[in-house]
Amino acid sequence: MPTRRRAFLILAALAGLALLSIALALSVGSIHVPLADVGPALFGNGGDSLNGEVVRKLRLPRALAGFACGGLLALAGALLQVLLRNPLADPYVLGISGGAGVGALLALLLGLSLVGVNGFAFAGALGAMFVVFGLAHGDGSWTQTRLLLTGVIVAAGCGAAVALMLSIAPENKLRGMLFWLMGDLSQNNDARLPLAVLVGVLIVALPFARELNLLARGADTAQTLGVAVGRLRRGVYLVASLATAAAVTHAGSIGFIGLIVPHLVRLATGNDQRLLLPASALAGGSLLVVADTLARTALAPQQLPVGVLTALIGVPVFLFLLGRDGRRRSA
Amino acid sequence: MIANPAAPLLETRRLAVSIGGKTVCRELDLALRPGERLAILGRNGAGKSTLLSVLAGLRAPQVGEVRLDGASYAELGPRAAAKIRGWLPQTRGDAFASSVLETALVGRHPHLARWDWESAQDARIARDALQAVGLAGFEARDVQTLSGGERQRLAVAALLTQAPRLFLLDEPIAHLDLNHQIAMLDLFAGAARDCGAAVAMVLHEPGLACRFCDRALLIHGDGTCELGPIADVVNADSLARLYAHPLREIRDGDHRWFIPA
Repeated sequence: MPTRRRAFLILAALAGLALLSIALALSVGSIHVPLADVGPALFGNGGDSLNGEVVRKLRLPRALAGFACGGLLALAGALLQVLLRNPLADPYVLGISGGAGVGALLALLLGLSLVGVNGFAFAGALGAMFVVFGLAHGDGSWTQTRLLLTGVIVAAGCGAAVALMLSIAPENKLRGMLFWLMGDLSQNNDARLPLAVLVGVLIVALPFARELNLLARGADTAQTLGVAVGRLRRGVYLVASLATAAAVTHAGSIGFIGLIVPHLVRLATGNDQRLLLPASALAGGSLLVVADTLARTALAPQQLPVGVLTALIGVPVFLFLLGRDGRRRSA
Repeated sequence: MIANPAAPLLETRRLAVSIGGKTVCRELDLALRPGERLAILGRNGAGKSTLLSVLAGLRAPQVGEVRLDGASYAELGPRAAAKIRGWLPQTRGDAFASSVLETALVGRHPHLARWDWESAQDARIARDALQAVGLAGFEARDVQTLSGGERQRLAVAALLTQAPRLFLLDEPIAHLDLNHQIAMLDLFAGAARDCGAAVAMVLHEPGLACRFCDRALLIHGDGTCELGPIADVVNADSLARLYAHPLREIRDGDHRWFIPA
């Protein structure tokens, strides 16, 4: 049983890790700012002005946006794994990123500006969200299987539309479209919206964390233990979808964070949503910030798609924890 | 503890339940008072579990209403209802790993405020419940490593942790060894006798029903039901009709057993 004290300690440690990852992101790059100088450069007292400009105007917004998007994806993944009672669920399984992808690629194909791409992506995400919800929930019944199947089919349809647009896209637009699909933090430089959504989702979800623990054990069990299951499920669907839409709109379909981070946290701390939800947000944010820092420095000046890096970091860590967990259980 | 012994904890009025086009019961008027133990008997697919889930408020009846301690489920809301009735499901699956103690502690949910964490007192209640079902020492085990019978007893422990006044039990002795079957039924009979709990349970063994229950509901599967004191309702004739197989009654002191002829 995780006590409140233990939860606070774990969250404090993760918050420290998050700060460290952001400090690293501010320090590393084409212009190296030593860690000791990051603070002065950030707050403008001391350090030369170029460092201050780079850290404040370029690296800080990107690091914060990366943190927010990583946190949102991990949070959405954790919520959907509970909602669908399926450890394999991730934020993209219900077709939300597919809808966003269709919108974004359409905007890129039409040659719209960044604002247009973001607007189309968000509209596509919301569109997919309402289509899936409407189809799965149309007659009032609601089963995890039906929701999952509807989402998978809508995602498949979106995937086909994406493939179609890629195949007819002119050569000069293809690279931008591919980067969007793989996840890319280099385009957007305003972190305020995803950060606000991250804080909002946490504020909405945390009061229901213990009820989510029960939902993970089955809808009927939760209902007989005093959870208003119908309302809770609709709320979780809405909140997880908005979180995914906000992250995908801002940074494209960054893979693996939403699937792997909740599992990492679950393997390390157990499946209590009161701890799992905030810990996933912190860990997901940190992982994406580190991955993005690597993405823009590993082969500098070339930038890699950050989604590739999240997978390259996430997969071995996950396999290590899974192996450790298996040994512990059979012992 | 019992303010008014006549007030039923569970009451149905003109209840009609059907599932998949099949009628389970119609015009069922059932009242279960503190201390009473009802056995629900019937063939596979007669609708025992469906009726129990209607009684638990998980499924709406076609006609009529279910009242819990004088109020409908809609009036009570899920949280207040959870303090009155507990439900033991027939099947259980764990999608995620969880320790035995954590699983037993879920029963405390309706007793905790929104921001509360389980206290040492709650942990003590859960440990006592684990002790009562013979799972002391299992606290740290992962539920996914338990056997079917151990998992069944853990579900009962979670129900005891919830501490409801009305127990709705769907096959409480499934997967259990003989000794655990008797211990489990003794446990609920004791809760009814000593704590004024009311118990309704789906059973498959009429002899155990006669030994541990005082009332019976026979669900024939064609929409007809028989409800009454167990001594009146359960006999070789009624069971032969219920199970469509001839039975003989054997008496052993106060106990009645029924064996297939």
